[in-house]
Amino acid sequence: MAVAETAHEHHEHHEHGEFIAHHFDTPEQQFDSGKLGIWVFLVTEVLFFSGLFVAYTLWRFHHPEIYEQAHVHLDKYLGALNTIVLLFSSLTIAWGVRSAQLGNNRNVAILTLITMVCAAMFIGVKAVEYSHKWDQGILVRSAFTYTPGHDHHASATMPMAVSLGISDWLLKLSIVPTILLLGFVLASVVTALMQKSLAAKFFAGMAITIGGYFLGAVGGHFYMEATGGGAGGKHAQFQSSAPIVLHADEKAKQADGGHADQGHDSPSHMSAAPLEGQISPQEKQDRDIGIFFSIYYCMTGLHAIHIIGGIAALAWIFYRSLAGHWRPDYFGPVDYVGLYWHLVDLIWIYLFPMLYLID
Amino acid sequence: MATAEVRKELFGHAEQTNYLTHSRGFWSWALTLDHKRIGIMYLIGVCAALIIAGVFALWLRTHLFFANGAMAGEQWGILQVNNARYNQLFTLHGAIMVFSFIIPSVPAALGNFVLPMMLGAKDVAFPRLNLASFYLWIIGTGLLCAALASTGLDTGWTFYTPYSIRTTTSVLFATFGAFVLGFSSIFTGINFLVTVNTMRPKGMGWFDMPLFLWALYSTAIIQILATPVLGITLLMLIAERLMGIGIFDPKLGGDPVLFQHFFWFYSHPAVYIMILPAMGVISELISVYSHKKIFGYTFIAFSSVAIALLGFIVWGHHMFTSGQSQVMSLIFSAITFSVAIPSAVKVFNWLATLYKGSILLLTPMCYALSFIFLFGIGGLTGLFLGALSTDIHLHDTYFVVAHFHYVMVGGTLTALLGGLFHWWPKMFGRMYNDFLGRIGCFLVFMGFNLTFFPQFIMGSRGMPRRYATYDPEFEVFHQWSTVGAFVLGIGIVLSFVVLVYAALYGRKVSGNPFGAASLEWQSSSPPSFHNFDHKPIMHDPYDFDALVYDETLDSFVLREFTDPKQVPERHPVSH
Amino acid sequence: MTSRLFDLMLAQVVDLPEAEKHADGAHYFFPEQASEFAGRIDNLYMAIFWISTVFFAVIVGLMCYFVVKYRRQPGVRPLPSSSHNTTIEILWSVLPSIILVWIFYEGAAGFFAMRIIPEGAEEIQVEASQFAWTFTYPNGDTTDSLHLVQNRPVKLILRSRDFLHSFYVAAFRQKMDVVPGRYTTAYIVPTRVGKYRVACTEYCGDGHSIMRTYCQVHETAEARLKNTEWKKELHPPSINGQRIFKIYCAGCHNLNGTASTGPALNLIWGKNEDFTDGGSTLVDENYIRDSIYDPNKQIVKGYEPKMPTFKGKLTDKDIDHLIAFIKLKDGMATLTEATAADKPEGATPPASAPAPTTNPPAALPETKTGDADGK
Repeated sequence: MAVAETAHEHHEHHEHGEFIAHHFDTPEQQFDSGKLGIWVFLVTEVLFFSGLFVAYTLWRFHHPEIYEQAHVHLDKYLGALNTIVLLFSSLTIAWGVRSAQLGNNRNVAILTLITMVCAAMFIGVKAVEYSHKWDQGILVRSAFTYTPGHDHHASATMPMAVSLGISDWLLKLSIVPTILLLGFVLASVVTALMQKSLAAKFFAGMAITIGGYFLGAVGGHFYMEATGGGAGGKHAQFQSSAPIVLHADEKAKQADGGHADQGHDSPSHMSAAPLEGQISPQEKQDRDIGIFFSIYYCMTGLHAIHIIGGIAALAWIFYRSLAGHWRPDYFGPVDYVGLYWHLVDLIWIYLFPMLYLID
Repeated sequence: MATAEVRKELFGHAEQTNYLTHSRGFWSWALTLDHKRIGIMYLIGVCAALIIAGVFALWLRTHLFFANGAMAGEQWGILQVNNARYNQLFTLHGAIMVFSFIIPSVPAALGNFVLPMMLGAKDVAFPRLNLASFYLWIIGTGLLCAALASTGLDTGWTFYTPYSIRTTTSVLFATFGAFVLGFSSIFTGINFLVTVNTMRPKGMGWFDMPLFLWALYSTAIIQILATPVLGITLLMLIAERLMGIGIFDPKLGGDPVLFQHFFWFYSHPAVYIMILPAMGVISELISVYSHKKIFGYTFIAFSSVAIALLGFIVWGHHMFTSGQSQVMSLIFSAITFSVAIPSAVKVFNWLATLYKGSILLLTPMCYALSFIFLFGIGGLTGLFLGALSTDIHLHDTYFVVAHFHYVMVGGTLTALLGGLFHWWPKMFGRMYNDFLGRIGCFLVFMGFNLTFFPQFIMGSRGMPRRYATYDPEFEVFHQWSTVGAFVLGIGIVLSFVVLVYAALYGRKVSGNPFGAASLEWQSSSPPSFHNFDHKPIMHDPYDFDALVYDETLDSFVLREFTDPKQVPERHPVSH
Repeated sequence: MTSRLFDLMLAQVVDLPEAEKHADGAHYFFPEQASEFAGRIDNLYMAIFWISTVFFAVIVGLMCYFVVKYRRQPGVRPLPSSSHNTTIEILWSVLPSIILVWIFYEGAAGFFAMRIIPEGAEEIQVEASQFAWTFTYPNGDTTDSLHLVQNRPVKLILRSRDFLHSFYVAAFRQKMDVVPGRYTTAYIVPTRVGKYRVACTEYCGDGHSIMRTYCQVHETAEARLKNTEWKKELHPPSINGQRIFKIYCAGCHNLNGTASTGPALNLIWGKNEDFTDGGSTLVDENYIRDSIYDPNKQIVKGYEPKMPTFKGKLTDKDIDHLIAFIKLKDGMATLTEATAADKPEGATPPASAPAPTTNPPAALPETKTGDADGK
């Protein structure tokens, strides 16, 4: 029934009521249902992230020192760049919703495309940030091998990476976008030759979107090169050993005093357990920074997955805009995807100060 | 004359044109967007899950027949149970029962079929999301079964860390399965919430809705607000196991009690996902079979919402012995008692509905009465566990096992069976053998009590749960329990046989054989593809005086319809 | 009275050593009351039991009565009745609440009596691991089953070496989870001499159901010392030393003669060690003690200054036991309970020894680790 409906919808899209599903009485009812549905879905998304926010808060409450030492590894300029990119994309999609309400499909297509490019650029910058940290051994708690003082300049071993002057990790992360870029360009050319202009436009738009990734990745890479591992990186090398040693002393003092609060029910023992028996307290202290990065990777990773999902949803909107589906009485999907995109943006607005701007 | 025909269309047995015969073939079911077909598919699915998990239950109960393990010997062959196997049995029994059976049972199976029809609507708000929810259920259950088929699962259904991080069994399959099932549940919740909000017909205000809808609405709120937290918790557990993120793993500085908080933040409200829709079913049954307006409608409606909201702030009562702070235990205990009130209010209102009613003891009503009995015990034994000092003694003993089975099985399973017997004629247009139905109900009731009542005594005497072997002192109780489990199993199988036989060969019935007043009964049995061929007439869902019995149709019909001038307009969609 | 009658009725059905149990003071529903607060908990249990029974009887009684009285009969029209009554709704919401408040209060009061531990209680360290309990008394003695003295308050300090466990003695009505990575405590005042079951009630793996032992309550401290079970289970210092070695030292020190991060410990006793600063000394009790408390004062040639201090973690008693272990030299690697030559040293009454500073819970290699060891 509805399958048939989707099959028809490209051909005859000028009759009133065509986009009303059979079980709704009026377009208003359909729009309201969709709107309520997406809002409720956003509530579940917020709650989905809330588990990580709670974990972040608890750890920060019990171990503020970890956060103070760890955040210097994050480059706040790259973070700020990404924040601006996302804020700008929110603006463009909001404008796109307005255009859809006015039935201006061409504007919706352009604005959605800009939004997608911004999203891909965000991912590109994130790829630079991740690969840079992985090179330094800044990983999750169990794999955290970073030691301050060593020179951690990006080490390239794969021939391709060496010739490009980038790290292995960045190369690996860029494999999929490269394939996608080539695929979209090819598809665009082929469909253009077959005179399917709608598909050709769509694939060209997607290729431009993936171009956004490379814009972010290349830009971020040159920024890292120019600043010698990023502003944050320099800070990290300069500052990180001092507070750690200081803190290790404090820990030793606490140990001398015995575990006075043993037996208490409060969760203050969270990390008081001796961990790997083999490593020294100093090393353990260093590795505890890995907890911060565990949370960092969980939060930003989950957020990045949402960005990628958002690109897929935007691509759908982009396609339908090219096909000219939006009308003043039917623009719901643009609105819903727009709301989703604002939420993804909003979550980043929280993540950025929580992770990058700790003092 | 025309009136009689219309009446037959409205309230008769639909011979040819109904949702079952609308289209044929595998894909007409597998890709259907019709809420009724999705409901039926869900029903088949959850019953399969019930049978799989039920077999595990019988298997482990047989093992527990003797203190040293009745099935420990070589002669049992592939059925032989050692400690490791026992742990897998109770884990998979619990995981499949909770995630694949109880949570989707009443809302997704019965609710899918009934909810849009109670609203006089053609479908739920998002039919595709509804189908997606069903396929997520299939994938999630498949993953749980994949865990079973690979190395099994031995963490208990609660996946407590750090054991779930270290064990060599397939925790990843199982947690990912539970994660996917969580999204299935969320999608159902979103769908129902939006449907009730935006698709109520003109003239049906919030307080004109049947109570089953209130219950489903409250359930949807819990599904939406609690399930995402389970999702992220399971993702973090997966990350912990795969990468060692150190949030829950004490070896890496993490806190296992934090996992328990996260887990119960979902899993306690999940208890209400299981029981609230069941209570909604019972409200309908009691009222219909007493042929009397439900007593205290507003109180029952608000008690559902109260339970849903209070259910979010009592999770800590699972953790009185976990090492959480004493003040927190105190607060959680206090709030826990406050949940007891709305539950009690419902029971009292059901009783008051019976008072001066006109009670017909058909199979659904027998289930409803046994629900009151069993839920009464389940609820009252909650008092022992809500009180702090007695909980310290009873926590993690068979007392707890008995308590939650009285609520989950004695409550939800009983209500599911009652609801199935109530709506079965509507679903398939055929009547079951009521005598055999009641025998089945009796066996379920007796078997259930025999299984779980002795467990209360064992528990207060100090028998810990999840033990493969135990002290001989408890043997006699375990033996009663095992015998009861088999009686219960026979009762459930008999009920299913009665229902399936009825669906295939039962006597054809009219649109409203039981004299129920809610809107879904203003359609033919089985309903047509679009549910209603004529716009249903809006009226109080518990106003039984509006109905009169029509002998020619063998059906209850609305009084208005006996007046030829009141022929309802035809529904616009029935071309 | 009534409950006794109930017992007898059930005893007909259930084959129980009833007479014996009641002579012991056990109730049909409960095991023996062997702790100070057991009586209070049982009273609350019985109070809730009777309240519930009354409510349940009324609900089910009315239900059955209505079903019979108001059954549908042909030709009989149901009596008119109202469908709501706010007064009665409020009444049956509020009245049970009052009872609930009382139950909550009594439960909370009993709970705090169990959880607030007075000063001066005998401190016993309880270590849970798959699937055994180890109890360490203030003087350092260690047993596999718990031995208590009648009417002497005990504070159990619980810790886990691997997974979650839960310490449960039904006769004491006391239960507490044992959580890896933190301490929990449980308080007991045993009031009856006897032998009681100790069980693990938090699922912990394949052997969860065999993680059982017993708790013996002795009449006096002297009786505890003379008790043969207790004596048999006391571990000699070298065995305790072995345990401490496994927890704290085995990461960096071997017993097979090969150097690791630190020197092999089976070679050092009685040997002269050369230091990086040019000095040398004989390895004796004082040297071992010094190098545990202040490891980086002098570094043995060929090694890095990597050892952390164990001051505050290991007590003098622990170090005595460790020394007894190191003295075995090549016997260290093969030490078992059976080969331990030295005799138990249980001569001092446990309570008179100073309470040791607690060692943090240790995460030892587990019996069942999969491959998720963080590597």
